Amino acid sequence: MSLYRIEKHPILIPEPAELIDFFWKGRKLRAKKGETISSALFAHGERIFSYHYKDHAPQGIFCANGQCAQCLVLANGLPVKACMELVCSAMRVEPVDGLPELPRVSEPQNTRPIKEMSIPVLIIGGGPAGLSAAIELGKRGIETLLIDDKHRLGGKLVLQTHRFFGSTDMVYAGTRGIDIATKLENELRTFPSVRIWIQSTALAVFSDQKVGILVEGMRYVLVKPQALLVTAGAREKSLAFPGNTLPGVYGAGAFQTIVNRDLVRSSEKLFIVGGGNVGLIAGYHALQAGISVVGLVEALPECSGYKVHRDKLARFGVPIYTSHTILSAHGKDSVESVTIAKLDEKWKPIPGTERSFACDTILIAIGLDPVNEFYLKGREFGMTTFAAGDAEEIAEASAAIFSGKIKGLEVARALGHDVGEIKKEWYETAEILKSKPGKTDPEIYPSDESGVFPVLHCVQEIPCDPCANVCNQDLIHLHSTDIRCLPVFEAKEGEKGCTGCEKCVTICPGLAISLVDYRKDPEFPIVTLPHEFFKDSIEVGRLVTVLDTEGNTLGDVEVTGVRAIKINDRTVLLKLKAPRAIAKKIAGICVQDNKVTKPMGRYVARTTDDTVICRCERVTAGEIRALIKQGYRDINEIKAVTRACMGSCGAKACTALIHHLFREEGVPEKDIVDQPNRPLFMEVPLSTFAGCGDKNEVGRGRL
Amino acid sequence: MAASKKSFDVIIIGAGSVGTPTAMFLAQEGIRTLVIDKFPSAGQGSNKHAIGGLRATHSDPAKIRICLRSLEIFDTWKELYGDNIEWQKGGYAFAAYAEPEEQTLKELLVAQKAFGLNSNWLDQKEFLEVIPDLNPDGLIGGTFSPDDGHASPLLSAHAFFTQARRAGAEFHFNETATGLIIESGRARGLKTNQGEYGAEVVINAAGAWAADVAKYAGLEIPVQPDSHEGAVTEPVAHFLDPLVVDIHPTDTSASYYFFQHATGQVIFCITPNPSIWGFDTRETSSFLPMVARRMIQIMPRLTNIRVRRTWRGLYPMTPDGAPLVGWANELKGLLLAVGMCGQGYMIGPGLGEMLAHLIKGDLSAKDRQLLSFLSPYRKFESMEKLK
Repeated sequence: MSLYRIEKHPILIPEPAELIDFFWKGRKLRAKKGETISSALFAHGERIFSYHYKDHAPQGIFCANGQCAQCLVLANGLPVKACMELVCSAMRVEPVDGLPELPRVSEPQNTRPIKEMSIPVLIIGGGPAGLSAAIELGKRGIETLLIDDKHRLGGKLVLQTHRFFGSTDMVYAGTRGIDIATKLENELRTFPSVRIWIQSTALAVFSDQKVGILVEGMRYVLVKPQALLVTAGAREKSLAFPGNTLPGVYGAGAFQTIVNRDLVRSSEKLFIVGGGNVGLIAGYHALQAGISVVGLVEALPECSGYKVHRDKLARFGVPIYTSHTILSAHGKDSVESVTIAKLDEKWKPIPGTERSFACDTILIAIGLDPVNEFYLKGREFGMTTFAAGDAEEIAEASAAIFSGKIKGLEVARALGHDVGEIKKEWYETAEILKSKPGKTDPEIYPSDESGVFPVLHCVQEIPCDPCANVCNQDLIHLHSTDIRCLPVFEAKEGEKGCTGCEKCVTICPGLAISLVDYRKDPEFPIVTLPHEFFKDSIEVGRLVTVLDTEGNTLGDVEVTGVRAIKINDRTVLLKLKAPRAIAKKIAGICVQDNKVTKPMGRYVARTTDDTVICRCERVTAGEIRALIKQGYRDINEIKAVTRACMGSCGAKACTALIHHLFREEGVPEKDIVDQPNRPLFMEVPLSTFAGCGDKNEVGRGRL
Repeated sequence: MAASKKSFDVIIIGAGSVGTPTAMFLAQEGIRTLVIDKFPSAGQGSNKHAIGGLRATHSDPAKIRICLRSLEIFDTWKELYGDNIEWQKGGYAFAAYAEPEEQTLKELLVAQKAFGLNSNWLDQKEFLEVIPDLNPDGLIGGTFSPDDGHASPLLSAHAFFTQARRAGAEFHFNETATGLIIESGRARGLKTNQGEYGAEVVINAAGAWAADVAKYAGLEIPVQPDSHEGAVTEPVAHFLDPLVVDIHPTDTSASYYFFQHATGQVIFCITPNPSIWGFDTRETSSFLPMVARRMIQIMPRLTNIRVRRTWRGLYPMTPDGAPLVGWANELKGLLLAVGMCGQGYMIGPGLGEMLAHLIKGDLSAKDRQLLSFLSPYRKFESMEKLK
């Protein structure tokens, strides 16, 4: 149907969708019913959506999450966020060029009083934490309203094609994120006391303890909850560098949304900034979608994400540049290349180490900030308020599932329900799931070279236990109740050992277990590897380059078997015939051609003070820095003079960057005065507050 | 202690709508001026909450005189000082959809005309020519004053501040006044949480907090704040020139007003009925539904404009809705410039210039007489008609 549609994916199964026509700049294009305008445009290779009214800078997708407003387009004459608005049949979509004309309306619409309702529990956010909390409340028959601004529940779980870490018993470890979302949602929908409003956004928490909610993008409702639970997740941090607002520079979460949720191939070649789990996983997702990953920079000497994720990416042939930073993005109307440089111990780029790479997309994955505005307002206004998941503390989704479950019980208890004692171990588990990766041990290979056994290429302490739960013979153990300790394979003398069932190979979320079988030919044992790419991309008899855990090349070996697994887990098992000397070291095969990862012949120079800090109002680092140098310490004053923070995103994208500029100028944090957080969470038509919204074109739920 | 304290000619308490331009005019006259403010930068009390409307079309002669001068200051600012404060001479338009409003506006017009104000009654057709997007249904007409307008309170507060400092005024932020220095029955300076400063004149320009400051001199002044909420929309292409006011009261609100700012955003505000007294500036859930219905009714074209942000600010109110300006009878050297009733932004510059003359001693007889209308010791009889 289009070059940019992902018709085939090793993990995701494209669902057949009804096709509709819409118009982009007057040209008729085809879209899938139920997809956003942004994905419909990306599906036709359209990545420049609009031009900024201040300086005509090209604008494209940035957060794909309704948080910023860089993806503004005109849909049937009205400005909308392309990432949130669903494309409709015959919709006329146009770029915004200059300030949009406010359409004429001849007759005043009928206005109605705004509906108000009370509810025992309101949960803002239907991701892992919100769903888990709602399930606990639902089990107890407590009337709960769960709202979510997206078109389906699950939050960021629906973007995760990889199997989850964590604890098998507690948080579905070993199951893919998308499948967890479905499981949680299906369970939640069995509880009649929980009402669910999707496509519904909280706009403000007011001082009279009411929460203003835009329901299905049309109707405004004021909800007064007895308890408020904020599980609104996180937003991606932005980064200031020259070229940072070019279309093609966007968040890793935005990328996962377009690629994994909407199955649109957003890019040909991408570069990743940030070696945390989000960046590492995004790289993996890109490869699965057939997108080349040119490289990844991480400012720290080591990637901060799980080593198994890092290793997985390295093994697929993605260069990982640690102690490096992005200097600039380049391109006329969208990204054409990126320049990086090595950092010295004081985090300064080292002259002469600059390298440029051709790419069309730069993913920013430098971390997340909690979406906790509503939690803070709820607290300020004396409401019974809780937060869970990333809105409380940034951590893995597995941690969010668990903290949501605990918070659900705490909410019930706060409302006077007897929930018994919440187990102390639960709080301990919650802490364990939230923990950052622990120490890394050197990899030690088993000395045995007979029979069959797994090699665990798992050397870093992270909360994860599926391998220890899956072994039929109970031969893989964690020598602690703390699931962060490393698993070990232990065959007992005289007892039946490993049967080669391959379950551990399949279940490991880090793809870090191989099986080595010496039984047929001790000189050329068969190595079994998990593979999450297309089965037919690798043929039996072909030579593949095998790599060790870290991604170092070990040599070329022959593929002797490719097998899909019966239970629908979409992992493929590869059988390789490897020389004895390297068999145990093999942890993966190289999938990416090294042509795409080569630097360009020349390096593209950077500029400095023209870096955009406030992307809504196009305020540069130079303008703000000049004020800081003059002694300005009150961000309100900087705002008054420059309009930074006054744009439509509500200072969500620039506040941290302004703080960073202060730091660069040596101003201590305590001297900086922040601007207050004011409603609304996003821009909403005036008519909504007048009660005019009664149409319901795209919504599914009903009040 | 007394010997080491730094001395000025004038100390102003409050770097807001009144204090900042007053400091500028004083400093430009060579008067050594110190401004003390508890907030971290200029205009952070209530000035930044102002929506930016500037008009001389009042009913009180002193306010008319002062605001005419303010308009002149805004109108010539760019020419004189170079910075763009987003001043737009779009006029003020008071719409009448019912007879009581028609009557009120026409009565006011008589007084305003007597003061030489450029304001006229327009019938329905003429009014719609000025504001083509107004709902014609039931519209009788309205008054239109083309010389009024609007500007950016944020940029102008900063502009006054910059010029005040350039002229030599000193500003101390994050510093709270704690008491007056009184010697031989007159004000001799100010005590703050960070030190003491000498001056022969102390100006109370503390806005919503003026009554607390007056207490340092043992004065009770009838200033207490009520609050109004305002909002700003996304920017759209220019479609509206004047600031539109609807004074028709309903059961939950009195007048409301809106205009399109120079940068394209529509800014609006409403007067709740009954008034909400006190210092609470936290967001309420009632504001947007209250104002949205009325705005869409009067201008259907606003249906689709998207609201960006709301805020709530304080109106330091007096019993009759007019400011309290003049020397304190109880304490020599203390000058009151308080109770602007939500109009500090439009009164401040004109008043600041007048106060500079008052302090220098060269205020004209006519202005002296006009200023007496704002005397803190007047009898509070009638209520200002257009708050």
